[in-house]
Amino acid sequence: MATVILLTVTGLGLGALYFLIASGLSLIFGLMDVLNFAHGALLAVGAYATWWAASGHLPGAGSGGFGFVLAVAFGTAVGTAAAALLELALIRPLYARPREQVLATVGVGLAVPALLSAIWGADARPFPTPKALSGTFGLLGARIPVNRLVLAAAALVVLVALKAFLRRTRYGLIVRAGVEDRAMVTALGIDVRKAFTLVFALGGAAAALGGALGGVYFGSVDPGQGTSLLIFAFVVVVMGGMGSLTGAALASVAVGLVQQFANYYTTAGLGDLSVVVLLAALLLLRPSGLTGRLA
Amino acid sequence: MSTTAGTGAARTAAGEEEGTAMPLPVATPSMRLRRAARWWPAAFGAALLLAPYSALPLPGLLDGPIGSAGNLQLLALCLVFGALATGYDLLLGRTGLLSFGHALYFAAGSYATNTIMVESGLSFAASAVLGVLAGTALAALLGSVSLRVGGIAFSMVTLAFAQAGSILVERDPGGATGGEEGRAVPAGRLPGALIGIQHTVNLYWISLAYLLVTLAAVTWAVRSPVGRVWEGIKENERRVEVTGLRPYGFKLVAFVLAGALAALGGVVHLLLTGGATPQTTTSDFTLSLLVMVVLGGSGSRWGPLIGGVLYTWADHRLGDLAGSGTVGGLPAVLRVPLSQPLFLLGTLFVAVVYLLPGGVVRLPERIRSAARRVPSHPTPSPSVPLREEPSP
Repeated sequence: MATVILLTVTGLGLGALYFLIASGLSLIFGLMDVLNFAHGALLAVGAYATWWAASGHLPGAGSGGFGFVLAVAFGTAVGTAAAALLELALIRPLYARPREQVLATVGVGLAVPALLSAIWGADARPFPTPKALSGTFGLLGARIPVNRLVLAAAALVVLVALKAFLRRTRYGLIVRAGVEDRAMVTALGIDVRKAFTLVFALGGAAAALGGALGGVYFGSVDPGQGTSLLIFAFVVVVMGGMGSLTGAALASVAVGLVQQFANYYTTAGLGDLSVVVLLAALLLLRPSGLTGRLA
Repeated sequence: MSTTAGTGAARTAAGEEEGTAMPLPVATPSMRLRRAARWWPAAFGAALLLAPYSALPLPGLLDGPIGSAGNLQLLALCLVFGALATGYDLLLGRTGLLSFGHALYFAAGSYATNTIMVESGLSFAASAVLGVLAGTALAALLGSVSLRVGGIAFSMVTLAFAQAGSILVERDPGGATGGEEGRAVPAGRLPGALIGIQHTVNLYWISLAYLLVTLAAVTWAVRSPVGRVWEGIKENERRVEVTGLRPYGFKLVAFVLAGALAALGGVVHLLLTGGATPQTTTSDFTLSLLVMVVLGGSGSRWGPLIGGVLYTWADHRLGDLAGSGTVGGLPAVLRVPLSQPLFLLGTLFVAVVYLLPGGVVRLPERIRSAARRVPSHPTPSPSVPLREEPSP
């Protein structure tokens, strides 16, 4: 029983990490038809910025208490800025050429991790974790690491915040309308490009937050981390139905749980494979994804 | 979604191939140059045939004489990747399918051949045939699943399958793949003419043969009736459906043919590098294929080949450059990024996407059209059908 609970909570934590990446990917794809291959790079940027700040380079930030919150905020801010910069500098000049946009993000996705490993080395760096997050607590006889809960809580907050943004604000309305029919929104005289930058920045913020918390989850940062997580985030986005936040949330929980349980009860690595098998099975049964949106 | 971007490029490619049918105006110097330039593939082929017998050094481009074993090895790698990119372009440039899992079939050919040879004790030739068949079967199986979705979802699914393959290889089930170290070819099983540094030239010929097979297969397939349907699918899949054809089957044929060519390339790569390496299974490897095709020019006959050769050469030479004293002496701001070939290649790729849409093959045409705008030739002769730039 204790094992099952631990596996469930760990699976939820991993699923939360996937959701933080996939939410941005899904929104960006839904609105702009851009498969953002640089999303993993944004995650790595967030993780390294947090690590840099928490290692004592940023005054006020540190590896404990409020200092760590500041470090995470700094990492998220850097990731947001990087995403906005990416959109303005590279994606915007290539509007109406979706394939070139994808290719440009592929280039960035290759170059940024290489740059990070040029500066800080290709090896994993230990991530300074605050004491409050490195402990465990008891739940029905299982010792559960606190950081799993923090990840799940962060993902939940991001989900609720993004939902509220999409439902309650004017820009959210534009984004939702743009996902439905971009040409019509433009024809109504609304400048969708601002919404593009905004969605990119939001997605970058979520990914960078995922990078910072992923550093806590894995206990280290390395340049290739984002790219390997990105592939599972892609699986989540396809399974959830592209452009759907709720679908992405459901799919990321499913993927995280399946991966954890299969990795534990069968040989290690089989969990990663079973996720892909799950994807194939789902595509055979429902080609449009869990929530039935058009892929 | 790719229709707007693809139309112009495809039109130009078609124009190039049917170039002889165009009314030729009075020969201007640029026209004569263009006609002479049409012979460059022949010149390139002749150079490839002569390369092993040449002791000519190409300073800056290669280390030492062309015919040396190390350089022949590098040239052979360039040819293999050029051919691989040409096969990959069947999907990307000819059918409009953006697959992110092409490395899987390359690795499948390589690993299956090696494992069959080691485990079953069959000869190299028999193992190679079985290995290519295994890669082709895998492509048929996975292609039939992933082609059920279209567009970007297809890209993501192929990526996920390739990732599964990569994980599988790394986990080393039953000691079949050798895990992270890969698995060396047992030297005793290979024919004597393929082993040893003095026989590198034979590997070079094999790579050249693979390139020729790929070029012939791709050219033949693209000109066949099926190839016409591929072009239609790339332009507008819905319209192909309306004419009563099912795009699924045609796309699957393209996928399987490209997969089979990749598996064959995997076998050649196995011989060239003396073993199956897990690097060939990674998603980075597929992305580098994509970089090659886009760098050279997607959807053209020679573009992917040029891109593959350029990329492979740059990848090797940039590694040398990064380790050289020239870079070591630079200030940190320049030295740190320059020490990473992948950073340079990624940046170069973004630059090509921006500044050189259509890739290197369209460079001469761009230069010509730029020259035409120079005031000394104010109006182009009216009988020249002005090609439209592939404006989005």
